[in-house]
Amino acid sequence: MPSEYRNFIEVIGSKTKPVRISIHNISHIINEIFYWAFISPFKGFPIRVKACINEMVKAGYNSVPIISVISFFIGVILAFQAAYQLKKVGALIYVANLVGVSLTRELGPIITAIIVSGRSGSAYAAEIGSMKAAEEIDALISMGINPVRFIVVPKLVALMIMVPALTVFSDLIGIFGGFVLSTTILEIHPLNYFNQTVNALLVKDVLTGLMKAWAFGVVITIVGVYQGFMVKGGAEEVGLRTTSAVVASIFLVIVSDLFFTALFYYFT
Amino acid sequence: MEKVIEVENLITHYGDREILKNISFSIPKSSITVILGGSGCGKSTLLKHLIGLLKPTSGKIIINGNDITKLNEDQMNEIRKKMGILFQGAALLNSMTILENVALPLHEHTKLKESTIEIMVRMKLDLVGLSGFDSFYPSQLSGGMKKRAGLARALALDPEMLFFDEPSAGLDPVTAAGLDELIIKLNKVFRMTIIVVTHELPSVFKIADYIIMLDKGYVIFTGTLNELKNSDNPRIRMFLERQPEEEKYSPDDYFRVIAGE
Ligand SMILES: Nc1ncnc2c1ncn2[C@@H]1O[C@H](COP(=O)(O)OP(=O)(O)OP(=O)(O)O)[C@@H](O)[C@H]1O
Ligand SMILES: [Mg+2]
Repeated sequence: MPSEYRNFIEVIGSKTKPVRISIHNISHIINEIFYWAFISPFKGFPIRVKACINEMVKAGYNSVPIISVISFFIGVILAFQAAYQLKKVGALIYVANLVGVSLTRELGPIITAIIVSGRSGSAYAAEIGSMKAAEEIDALISMGINPVRFIVVPKLVALMIMVPALTVFSDLIGIFGGFVLSTTILEIHPLNYFNQTVNALLVKDVLTGLMKAWAFGVVITIVGVYQGFMVKGGAEEVGLRTTSAVVASIFLVIVSDLFFTALFYYFT
Repeated sequence: MEKVIEVENLITHYGDREILKNISFSIPKSSITVILGGSGCGKSTLLKHLIGLLKPTSGKIIINGNDITKLNEDQMNEIRKKMGILFQGAALLNSMTILENVALPLHEHTKLKESTIEIMVRMKLDLVGLSGFDSFYPSQLSGGMKKRAGLARALALDPEMLFFDEPSAGLDPVTAAGLDELIIKLNKVFRMTIIVVTHELPSVFKIADYIIMLDKGYVIFTGTLNELKNSDNPRIRMFLERQPEEEKYSPDDYFRVIAGE
């Protein structure tokens, strides 16, 4: 009997080994990232400002067109859907509330995060993965340059700034989309719509949205970078890791969204 | 003969597989040491341990009197500043120009002025015969040129020790010979300790002062070139005379192997 019991424990142990190893790897990388981003700059290892700006342009500025188009359409769609119900109760003006609040609290951050996952999360995994495959990471370490400080920290800084910035932008364009639809097809007076939106929005709504956006930036960076560093073989593995980076970061963005939304619901 | 690197009872694993099986040897200062051995015998693995990229399961690696297996990251980085490494595929950063690549160690580890750094980089590029290519990206260079650029980067901080992983792999004989000349020049002119990992016999005969031969994770030979040529160890003779390994299976065994029994 005892030996069967031991076998059982062994099976559990060996089945969970990969999971335990990835938890170990993830926590190691998170640890490194936060050390080099928040602690080492105070110990005389400055953040590479030029690289940060470079990453900010790639992740932020270059995704402005796609984010504007999508946010505008989402604003229009939201206004349509809201009107569909509100028209029945004769409260069409509340379209403004619905569009404004749902965009700033929820849709703006989420749309931005999903687009950034697709553009930057995958790019980070691919970039670091191919550097790993070509021994470039080894070369950095052997020159005494920490790859996390050199490659990851600029990306983290860029997304921590750019995801909230893009979110503000997405909020504004989305509200503008709702405004355009409401003032034309729904025939709401522009000034009424404007006043209604301003009254409906609380600073709290915007701020919680931005805090979420900041967290999404962190999540997307960590997932992309982690997948990149896990590449061991060659080019085909880079492809696989890039795909999983996008899937995993979208999933984790939604999970952390749930977490923060619940948190804000109880504590604000 | 002064020693820069001493390896004692080194054992290493990838996962559960033992790669280096309790090896000991030492590397003399200011000479060219070649680590020789067939494909997959663990040469690159050994090199990665010598430069502190991998940690061994057990054993000591003593460089300039410090056991690097016991150093922390900061102490290791101090030692790494005295090492230059040319990787098998050059490992230049593809997002930077050649000039930026070679300047990188200088930017990171010195407080020199930008203009001084540029002059130093041009000197290194000239030394490896790449003047005029500073603004090229690695993808715009040929394999041999990339290796030279990688060498210029390895030389940037004027290291005491220089490591090469398969310097002539993938190069035509003329370019490979040029690289060999350069290795000899660096050793003669700058008195650098040079460690070359390779399986290319012509280049071994040309450059080696001291040879360490690995086979299946064991050190089977250490000594000079002449001692190697006169050795009567059958594995060494096979390697030098380019004989294939003897048949592993009888035909019957072979059928059993491919039938998966
Ligand atoms: N990252 C790794 N993970 C697992 N096993 C590895 C890894 N790298 C190498 N190995 C194994 O270790 C052994 C030694 O590999 P190594 O790269 O050191 O050989 P080598 O002597 O440099 O060969 P070559 O001359 O072909 O470059 C090989 O059998 C290889 O399968
Ligand atoms: Mg090798």
